Amino acid sequence: MSKATLPLAVHPVPAIRPMNSLKKKILRHWQLYVIMMFPLFCLILFKYVPMIGLQIAFKTYRVRAGIWNSPFVGWKHFIRFFESPSTMDIIWNTVSLSLYSIAASFPLAILLAIALNEAQHQRLKKMVQLITYAPYFISTVVLVSMLNQFLDPRIGVLSMMMQQFGIDTRNIMGNPDLFRHLYVWSGIWQSTGYSAIIYLAALTGISHELTEAAVIDGCTRIKRIWHVDLPGIRPSVVTLLVLNMGYVMSVGFEKVFLMQSPSILNVSEVMSTYIYRIGLQNSDYSYSTAIGLVNSIINLILILTVNQIARKTGEQALW
Amino acid sequence: MPKKIRLSIPDRIFMFCVYFFLFLAMLLVIYPLIFIISASFSEPSNVLTGKVWLLPVDFSLFSYQAVFKNKQILSGYFNSAWYTVVGTAISVALTIMAAFPLSRKGFYGKNVFMGLFLFTMLFSGGLIPTYLLLKNIGMINTRWAIVIPNAIAVWLVIIARTFFQQNVPEELYEAAEIDGCDDFRFLIKMVLPLSGPIVAVIALNYAVWIWNGYYDALIYLTDQKKYPLQIILRDILILNRVDINTVSDLESSMRKQGLAVVLKYSLIVVASAPLLVVYPFLQKYFVKGILIGSVKG
Repeated sequence: MSKATLPLAVHPVPAIRPMNSLKKKILRHWQLYVIMMFPLFCLILFKYVPMIGLQIAFKTYRVRAGIWNSPFVGWKHFIRFFESPSTMDIIWNTVSLSLYSIAASFPLAILLAIALNEAQHQRLKKMVQLITYAPYFISTVVLVSMLNQFLDPRIGVLSMMMQQFGIDTRNIMGNPDLFRHLYVWSGIWQSTGYSAIIYLAALTGISHELTEAAVIDGCTRIKRIWHVDLPGIRPSVVTLLVLNMGYVMSVGFEKVFLMQSPSILNVSEVMSTYIYRIGLQNSDYSYSTAIGLVNSIINLILILTVNQIARKTGEQALW
Repeated sequence: MPKKIRLSIPDRIFMFCVYFFLFLAMLLVIYPLIFIISASFSEPSNVLTGKVWLLPVDFSLFSYQAVFKNKQILSGYFNSAWYTVVGTAISVALTIMAAFPLSRKGFYGKNVFMGLFLFTMLFSGGLIPTYLLLKNIGMINTRWAIVIPNAIAVWLVIIARTFFQQNVPEELYEAAEIDGCDDFRFLIKMVLPLSGPIVAVIALNYAVWIWNGYYDALIYLTDQKKYPLQIILRDILILNRVDINTVSDLESSMRKQGLAVVLKYSLIVVASAPLLVVYPFLQKYFVKGILIGSVKG
């Protein structure tokens, strides 16, 4: 370290004793700790203090008694959750929605990035990027209301087009068979341009020598993409896949909640919306917290497992 | 690379497919947006009868007048602006304050602090415990509930830290230290002036996040006067809770019906315009954020 090169006068630290070295290290940069105090305070108050509140999952929360003094009931809420007939449906809804979404959106984002990378026409390339990126800035509320408007049986522009082909459009948003497709494909419309950016960056990072060698060896473009480009972006793809797989159980609340209606609740109830419904609409705090805890733990196990698998198979893991 | 090389037949077919795919992607994305804008500027009855499909039919600003007359929408707009400005300022300040020490070599125990931040990405107390905490400290139904509890996004802290590590060399700090500069002054006088791009990146990400979000407001706010725009939009666009008589005094029921529909399109335009108009100019900052974020820290 460069400590030795610093003039002592700047640091009027008294006699150097090995015992004090930790104290000294901290004192030397005490201001950094002061700076860190503010974000750390926020983090501890709003992220770690609620973890103490998780104990109400094992109690029956009473407003008067508060978190600490509510009566202890052990695993009651967890048993109730796992014995409830709808639990398996909710877990299945959550997982299938996530997996469908990942399976459909990953290839398309990669495809878009490859097409953008191949396009020679710079202006067109810029324009396609700019436009496909735009929906990312539209809010979830607006996106879902666009779905509602376009698919409205009477005045929706999409349903009018579909009627031309003789498709029954009376009840698209309320049709339980269509919910997953609408959720996933509207998500693809919104975020493919955004996701493609990262792959495009990875593609431009591939060395020109490899590409040229492939061309000289007589590779067609398709072959070049297959043998040079795809392996080149593999680390990015795996990293993102690991991240996404780790969040399989935490399907975003916002969009699902807005798309829900009584007629499609059996396919659209996912963990996050169920936790909200039980907790804030039915005010069953303890039960909701227990479900939330189960969800968090499954999530934690998932991300650790997926990361471990990625590491074992020699892929780029997150840590 | 020479540009004029004649492509082989398979390559030409391939290039055709590439351009076809790009055009298709562009059309699929832009058509709904164009339709919304056109519909919002059309005479309501034409939208109702399906005459509008690409360009406005009988240009009209009628529905926009209705939108801007609605007190709820205006108050939502104002609230969202407040949340976005104040929230972004708080978030950016806290993010920099977390990222700067974490980027410094001499910060003893930084792995422990980093661990504290990272752990919150993997595990959380969840909805109800957080709700109860906010209730206990009296934050429920205050404006602060929207801007403080989720002020720090850990992935943006990581991005900022990576940026500092790459762009503020430790030697610079050592030189400054010899000249008698302490950590506070180093942050303000040296680091911040070098950090324009990263501040832009994180500020924009927070701003978009706050402007478009409704989850926190849905959970923590009960007072209509504090509702952000997205909650108002949800009421009008998705729950159809709007009384058309409050926004206009139309006689004919056909126009009234049409207005109810076109009003939604105008509202979508009004709500999305601020971001969609600004983002092309700031696109490079967003892209930069994604790219720094993708570098393993």
